[in-house]
Amino acid sequence: MLSSSIKSVAKQLKSSTLSASELCEATLKQIDRTKSLNAFITVTHDTAREHAKQSDERLSRGESKGELDGIPVAIKDNFCTQGILTSCGSHMLSNFIPPYDATVVSRLRDAGTVMVGKCNLDEFAMGSGTVDSIYGPTQNVWGSDLPYEVAGSTAKHKSVSKKAYSKSQQEDWHIAGGSSGGSAVAVATGACFAALGSDTGGSTRNPAAYCGVVGLKPSYGLVSRHGLIPLVNSLDVPGIIARSVEDVTLILNTIAGPDVNDSTTVKRPYEAISLKDTINTRALRIGIPKEYHCSAMSTEVQDIWKRTASIFEESGATVTEVSLPHTSSSIACYSVLNQCEVASNMARYDGLRFGIRGNETRSTEQLFAETRSKGFNEVVRSRILSGNYFLLKQNYEKYFVKALKVRRLIKEDFDAVWNNNIDLLLTPTTLSQAPRFQEFTQHDNQTQCVTQDYCTQPANMAGIPAITLPISLSQEGLPLSLQLMAPMFKERTLLEAALWLQQAISFPKLKLQI
Amino acid sequence: MSQFSILLSSDWKPVVGLEIHAQIKSASKLFSGAGTDFYTPTNRSVALLDAALPGTLPVLNRRCVEAGVLTALALSCDLNQVSTFDRKHYFYSDLPAGYQITQQRSPLARNGLLKFVVYKGGKDSRLYDKTSYIHQIQLEQDSGRSLHDDERSLVDLNRAGLPLMELVFKPDLSDGEEAASLVKELCLILTRLGTCSCKMEEGALRVDANVSVHKEGMPLGVRTEIKNIGSIRAVANAIDFEISRQIQSLNKGKQIVNETRSWDAQSSKTVPMRDKEEKQDYRYMPEPNLPPLHLRVNSSQAMDANMVDVLNLQNKLPELPNELRQRFQNDFNLSRLQAVRLVNEDVLLSQFVEAMEEKKDRNAIILTDLLLNDVLAHLNERGNECFKVKDLGEITDMMHSGKINKSIARNILKELSVSSALTAEQIVKERGWTLITDSKEIESFCHLAMKEYDRVVKKHQAGKANGWKTLESKAWQISESRADMELVKEWFRKHLPYKGK
Repeated sequence: MLSSSIKSVAKQLKSSTLSASELCEATLKQIDRTKSLNAFITVTHDTAREHAKQSDERLSRGESKGELDGIPVAIKDNFCTQGILTSCGSHMLSNFIPPYDATVVSRLRDAGTVMVGKCNLDEFAMGSGTVDSIYGPTQNVWGSDLPYEVAGSTAKHKSVSKKAYSKSQQEDWHIAGGSSGGSAVAVATGACFAALGSDTGGSTRNPAAYCGVVGLKPSYGLVSRHGLIPLVNSLDVPGIIARSVEDVTLILNTIAGPDVNDSTTVKRPYEAISLKDTINTRALRIGIPKEYHCSAMSTEVQDIWKRTASIFEESGATVTEVSLPHTSSSIACYSVLNQCEVASNMARYDGLRFGIRGNETRSTEQLFAETRSKGFNEVVRSRILSGNYFLLKQNYEKYFVKALKVRRLIKEDFDAVWNNNIDLLLTPTTLSQAPRFQEFTQHDNQTQCVTQDYCTQPANMAGIPAITLPISLSQEGLPLSLQLMAPMFKERTLLEAALWLQQAISFPKLKLQI
Repeated sequence: MSQFSILLSSDWKPVVGLEIHAQIKSASKLFSGAGTDFYTPTNRSVALLDAALPGTLPVLNRRCVEAGVLTALALSCDLNQVSTFDRKHYFYSDLPAGYQITQQRSPLARNGLLKFVVYKGGKDSRLYDKTSYIHQIQLEQDSGRSLHDDERSLVDLNRAGLPLMELVFKPDLSDGEEAASLVKELCLILTRLGTCSCKMEEGALRVDANVSVHKEGMPLGVRTEIKNIGSIRAVANAIDFEISRQIQSLNKGKQIVNETRSWDAQSSKTVPMRDKEEKQDYRYMPEPNLPPLHLRVNSSQAMDANMVDVLNLQNKLPELPNELRQRFQNDFNLSRLQAVRLVNEDVLLSQFVEAMEEKKDRNAIILTDLLLNDVLAHLNERGNECFKVKDLGEITDMMHSGKINKSIARNILKELSVSSALTAEQIVKERGWTLITDSKEIESFCHLAMKEYDRVVKKHQAGKANGWKTLESKAWQISESRADMELVKEWFRKHLPYKGK
């Protein structure tokens, strides 16, 4: 039940073979059983039960709000939820109870979903591993010490019982990816049917890829950012993580569309996407950007990339190599823009109106300093420092303005490809399978991000939609994923092609034996 | 020593430029839905955005843009078809986001001008036209307010996020009186447009003045900035004080320091401000949450629901003070001074306009005199008390027809100010206050006057001293100010000619 599709569960709910409350309890139990992975910062038992009860009342009256009524969802802990802790994984907001709901949260609520909890993330979403949270790291379920089976797989992976691991092995688990690692693990473990993440440079797609689930980064401006605690306003988008393209689409249809509270959302009304079961792959023109090949890419990833390109080709699609010449500059440019906006966005955390506050009473400046050095981790503080450096009058042209120019070039790279009759781009999502914690944490946050975001952040720079799909398992039995990118607001094309690919490859399901 | 001798000469030329923050009159703040009422209790007009709660986003208030555009049009500015918003960063407890959203790089409007009249009554009176050029007009948010006492600092965020227009003028004024006149004219314009209340006592209009002095033909001197001057009189006084302070310092061989000063109204001095923001680098950055602001500035542009239509606003511009003054001079033969004074007084102006609309052939000069002398005196004395236009019109007409004179007019006003039960005409009728023109009555006043001033009459007849004036005023007195003095004068000249020199 917990690993089935939203559609099939919705059918059960509608036919009363299952109640929303039963589903909610099962979900809460699953959250409890998978607690060791640390996917959740807050489990909202009471809220969930209340939501489920209301769903049941509606369903019994035949007043269902639609397919999402009664469906358990989870929310990354950087979306404001009224009356519920929204910590951003930071000491700074460890006591922050927002007085309002983010637009996406209230839209999910209006659709009747049941919120089961708030998911772990890197502090203020600055990271790519969900290892930098004051609530501790989130572990990937794949390769974890939880017993599971991989259904319909020919892979050699066998579930390993907890006892089989030595202590050192236990510490050497695989990361979930990040920064929306909690959301991805929650979806992968059946702790919810879908979860919201946020995506600034790949924060939704990266953990979805490592956790073997589907992750969508919508076009910038399609989904409201009101209530999403910002990392980089000009790159952030709410992301969607679910176990299938269909489920992702259902959520997108619920949360997308104009919002008066976010002036950067497009004004035209959103048209819900209903996915066609079959598409004419012969009409598809797929580009393979050559610059996405890089030395750090594992051969396994290169293999599945090639193989998937062939699958498209064999089905009649046109597959051509294309060039996005400024790709290699993208990550540096991304870093500058990121740090500048971080410096600016973090200025409000002074401890006066919300969040933690220091004890200094000598002067306001001292109080600010104490609050901020206590409240932020080193990653956040160093980004603030360099961001402020880039924004200094004497550096502004050299860094910020230059980064904006490079950003434009990157966007123009994509435009040129689309103008060259390419419908979609196919690339890896990450350079490898999920790294082990110890391997990952050998590098500093900056190095981690540069490697992890290599394939994902250009879509943020261009504002375009991108989706990650699990393709196959690695030798070690961990998910390997690929990404499809489409022109601005071509979510329909993107999702239909992704659905086709999902059906063509049928990635094995993970089933927890707990 | 030669340096000193240069400094000792007194041909210093002051240069003054103003930066004015005018709070846009609107129901809600610039980027949030919170209210703007000045009298709201502390921290009650604060939207989540105004407290910079994480995740909140600014949404531009269209009404504020329209007010800005209207103001820019009235000041002959070039409007930018596309303008943008920037973040200006600094840490202060009353700046919740750690930055102010303003328009630094591409403001709403540029290159305007303000024509105004420099007018001052009294012993060093002056009256001349002046133009000051506008560098730019930008929209921005206000900060909150900090309240300090010995033990604590408290913050009121009601003001945080209020909509401001910052008007940056070029430094083309030469003293405090010019600056005060500029501010006065700006207030007239903004209140006429309805884009700012200009209530300086509520901080709705705040003036910063840049002041420097230099010698003709030499580069500009080091300037100081006087911050947040809170009244029109203070503008004149603060600037004039600062100019003479600088000249005195330079004459003593001291140097002027580039600094921020404030006006202390109690001691009538400018004093250096505790410099909270030394040399700040504001680390400007484009505001990423606000799309560029598009204006429709010519008819070839298609209208988009998100745009603000300048062409439409252009048609809504009212007649501006300068145009009014010109029209009053042309149409009603008012003097320049009368026109200036009339337009300066909001209440009188509207009464004038209304009274003239009510009766087109009314004598505008008599009306203006009545307003500027007598009505204004009442206004100043009583604060807000206001006569009915109908009464003022009747008084004007009665004066014009000779039915009453100035003195009766005054009495009527006095009467009206106490009770408005009767109209001006009714008062005259009831009290029998019409001017006495009956020749018999006039003659009897004159006879009585001669009787009382027997000695004056004798000297007059002997040709020693002309007694007309004394006798006339006595007759005036005897008539209880109601005699038509033209007739009294005429009678004396006829019946008591003067034969002296």
